[in-house]
Amino acid sequence: MARMKFLCDAERCIECNGCVTACKQEHDIPWGVNRRRVVTINDGVPGERSISVACMHCSDAPCMAVCPVDCFYKTEEGIVLHDKDLCIGCGYCFYACPFGAPQFPQQGAFGLRGKMDKCTFCAGGPEKDGSPQEFAKYGRNRLSEGKLPACAEMCSTKALLAGDSDVLSDIYRERVTMRAARGTVGGPPWGWDSAYGRPEATPPRNKAPGASAAPGSK
Amino acid sequence: MMRAAGMTVALVLALMLAACGERPQVVNYKQGSYQGKPDTPPYQDAPYNGDKAAWERAIATRTQAQNEYRRIH
Repeated sequence: MARMKFLCDAERCIECNGCVTACKQEHDIPWGVNRRRVVTINDGVPGERSISVACMHCSDAPCMAVCPVDCFYKTEEGIVLHDKDLCIGCGYCFYACPFGAPQFPQQGAFGLRGKMDKCTFCAGGPEKDGSPQEFAKYGRNRLSEGKLPACAEMCSTKALLAGDSDVLSDIYRERVTMRAARGTVGGPPWGWDSAYGRPEATPPRNKAPGASAAPGSK
Repeated sequence: MMRAAGMTVALVLALMLAACGERPQVVNYKQGSYQGKPDTPPYQDAPYNGDKAAWERAIATRTQAQNEYRRIH
């Protein structure tokens, strides 16, 4: 098995926030902490795109590099986890992370910064798998139950994929190939020509919906 | 004359080989050593009880279930 990864297909994400809700529900996450969120680019503009973002479980994770107490570790599946008993809530990981994944519960009148909380790829943490202690600190350990992260399995359009990176690549490659073979209104997907053939080998394009008839005409 | 030519060749060779000594400019973070509690692999406890192959099969099946081109025909 290769590394566990997330992959979000911006062509499919409809910004329903189902992944966010599934994550909060699955792990009983408190107010103010969002392990996952949906980011929309060009919101309201035709052609807007959304992607679901959480911890990307980096191969060379900057949060691990900057942690002063070395509370991060990486599992053999490539999942970046941390020990909350060791975390001092300094926030260095938040500044180091390019995705804004580390979250800090804001409790108390003076904005007290609690211990860091982040996406665990539904793999819990360094407590006994499936134990109440693990659930209380890190949320449910779905991976030990042979399941994938709740956000990806909940995704209605299957925009968000999770699992073995090699398999995800195969799924996405097949998806892109099918899109191109069927043709899309705007032409083949971005990068199709450069990746899969010369411009003259571009698959035929469909006409735009309604292009052959005036609106309202029968 | 020969000496000047030799020096020129040596200079050209030195310039051509200069790039060979280039060091990678990508920052490699040095990971600290983990100080927390040890964690067990996800297949360690029930229901897999250490059966890594069974766990990997289960995960592979669920991963492939995300591919609706294989699910719907």
